[in-house]
Parts: sequence; C-alpha cells; structure tokens
Amino acid sequence: MPARRIIPCLDVKDGRVVKGIHFENLRDAGDPVEQASRYDAQGADEICYLDIAATREARGTLIDLVERTAKCVFAPLTVGGGVRSEADMVALLRAGADKVSVNSAAVADPGLVDRLSAVAGAQALVVAIDVKRRPGPAPEWEVYVAGGTKPTGLEGVAWAREVARRGAGEILLTSMDRDGTRKGYDLELLRAVTGAVSIPVIASGGAGSLEDVAAGLEIADAALAASIFHDGERTVGEVKAFLAARGIEVRPC
Amino acid sequence: MSPIALVDYGAGNLRSVENALRAVGAEVVVTRDPEVVGSADRIVVPGQGAMPACAEAMRNSGVAGALLASVERGAKLLGICVGLQILFERGVEAGGASGLGLIPGTIDRLPDTVKLPHIGWSPVRATAACHPLFRPLDGQYVYFAHSYAAPAGAEGTALLATHGRDYCAALARGNVFAVQFHPEKSQKVGLALLERFVRL
Repeated sequence: MPARRIIPCLDVKDGRVVKGIHFENLRDAGDPVEQASRYDAQGADEICYLDIAATREARGTLIDLVERTAKCVFAPLTVGGGVRSEADMVALLRAGADKVSVNSAAVADPGLVDRLSAVAGAQALVVAIDVKRRPGPAPEWEVYVAGGTKPTGLEGVAWAREVARRGAGEILLTSMDRDGTRKGYDLELLRAVTGAVSIPVIASGGAGSLEDVAAGLEIADAALAASIFHDGERTVGEVKAFLAARGIEVRPC
Repeated sequence: MSPIALVDYGAGNLRSVENALRAVGAEVVVTRDPEVVGSADRIVVPGQGAMPACAEAMRNSGVAGALLASVERGAKLLGICVGLQILFERGVEAGGASGLGLIPGTIDRLPDTVKLPHIGWSPVRATAACHPLFRPLDGQYVYFAHSYAAPAGAEGTALLATHGRDYCAALARGNVFAVQFHPEKSQKVGLALLERFVRL
C-alpha cells in the first residue's frame, strides 16, 4: 500500500478559490496558484482543483490556471469540473494536469468513462461521485450531478462499482450531507464504497478536525480536505504528524 | 551543452516533465522530429497511458529508430513511467506489444491482490548495485501512477518498490536510465533526481 494521501482541494470559479456550505453560499477564498504553491511547500501529496462553475466560457480560464499552476507546483494535480469529452481531458492533461476528474457527464453517458480511460490510462482518470443519504432503515445514498443540484435516481455504491468496472482509476467520493459542515466524513459511506471496489477511494466532504481525517484514512486511501486548510488553521505537516502518531502511514513532509 | 530532447509522441504528461526540467535549469526542446532526437546528447521519454500505444506511436513516427541510434552512440536517455516500460522487450497490457528491446524482460500487470492502479507515494529502496544517480532516493517516498511494472530482477535495477510484489522502480544500464515513478511530480526528491540527470 502506498502512504495515505492528504489532498487539499480548491474549489475554483472564474479563476478564484471559493468556499461554501452544501455547495451553496460561496465566498471568495483567494488565488488558486498562490494557495496550491503553499500546499506544495507544506508537503501536500496531491492538489485538486474543482471548477464549480464549469461553463463552456470558463474553459479557457481553467486551462490557463492549470498551465500557471503546473509551472510552479511539482506535486500531482487533479482537475475536475465540466469535463464532457476526450478533448476536454486531453486539453487539461496537456496543460499540465496529471489526472482529470469527471462527474455529471459520466452519469449522462457511462460509456464516457471507458473512453476517457482509454485516452491516457485508468491512472489518469478520477470519477467524482456526489451522494446524499436517502431516508430509510438501511443506509443508502443517491447520486447527484450538476454540482449537487440534480438527483439522478442512481444508487451510489452500485454506481461506484460500475465506474470501476468501466476503467476509472480512482473514485472521489463526496458526501453532500457532510460537505462544508466539519462534522467528519460519512464513514459508513466510505466503508460501503471501499468494500465494493478495488481501486483507490478518496474521502471527501466533512473533515473538520484531525480526528476526522484520521477516521477517514483508516478506511479510504486518501483524504480530500478544504475547510481545515483554507484559513491557515492547520498545515499539511500538522495533519501528517497527527496521522503518523496514530500509526497511519504518511509520507514525511 | 545541447538542449535536452523531450520526446513528444502524442500522448503523455509532457508539460509537467518540461516544467520540471526547466525548473532545474535545463534547456529543453519538445520534439517529435527523429533528426532532433537522433542528434541530442540527452533524451527524456515521458509516458502516460498504455505501453503498446506509446511504443507504436514512437515506431510510426520514426522516433524509436532515432532513439536507439542515439543510445548506441552514447546519448544519455531517461525514460519515465511508460518511458521505462517501452525500453523492455514486451508488455502484456492491452493484448500485448513489443517494446524497444533495450532491456531484456516483460512488463507485467501487478497482482490484483492489491488496489490497482497503484496511485500515490511509496518508498523506494536501493539495490546493492545502485547507480549514484539513484542512490540519494534510498528510503524516500516518490509518486507512482501505474498498474504494470518491470520485474524486480531486471538488468540494471537500481531501486525497488513494492505493491503486491517487488518490482523495478528505477534502472541504470550504461547510458540508459529509467524510472517507473514520476520525478516531475515527486516534489523536492524528484526535482533533485532530474537535476542530477541534467548534470550527469
């Protein structure tokens, strides 16, 4: 097993970092390249940009942002938001992204996962899955698309299994119930999905404390986190030192 | 010193490798021109994707032949990821394909007893015969993103890594060097390796 990864995530919109709760009430949180460089210097294992506006018009801004980032950040960079075709993926990879994340377009056309995986290999393709709990006695999660605004009727664990079979290299799993709440990852969800697939799973949505990150990484391969880093509250080094003391293998910074 | 020829065969995370080489002070020419590859003193072959497609693209463009001729006359080569895999005789990925045959052996899929792809930072360890280029990496974590790998016993193996089984993470044979991990994405330790290659 590789070391557990800590992945600071920057939600970007029109070339700026933004942060909200439950994907809403966005506020400006700074310059992406500056923040990505800071996380790189702190020893982040990977950096993730999610373009939450993801309009056609904003594509150029995103490509430019990836190019500028790749010139000064020498950690793996994952970029998602609005990826709809092989051409979108190639453009991001050629700009300097190492991995591309796809979400809504894969739900609309599951065959896209197979095709994107063929473009540059499974190791360059992340399928992002946003889910919300369904009320009921047994735990069940429904997949949402379009930045968490549109329910799909798809069941999350089954969808994870399908994208893995179709050639996804990793799953970026976000609990919409927890996103931005700082109440911790949905551990039951993480257990269900890691148990269903044999590709790495990245936990996302809800980490508010060091204990939360540790709990997530006892199940998932990597932890995506935003809130605990953005206001300079914790450094990547502090998070890793805490994890190492808990016996979780991390790469020393 | 002439610029490093960074081989563009249509696929690959070319830009990241170019950025990293420039960051350590190298002059770089991104090329798919067999003449440029054929006359370079230093050549870097990046890689991302499937080995058969990469090997085929290199052969079709004439770059493969130019590369072999350059290595023959002493040019220093650094292969990265699929750029390591295509140096071998064969790969089993996607129905199988021949590589360039510079190093004997076959590129096999890692065992499915572990999560694949192998994505993330794993430690590497030096072999007894480790080349000085790779020696400082002994015990360090580097970034991997792959499902296929060369055998641990491959000729010139300098660094070993483990994911499901031991495999060759870096090799040095004469003027041919290659790594399965991504130095361009391995932060300080990766950049330091590229800097040593540039000055080799």
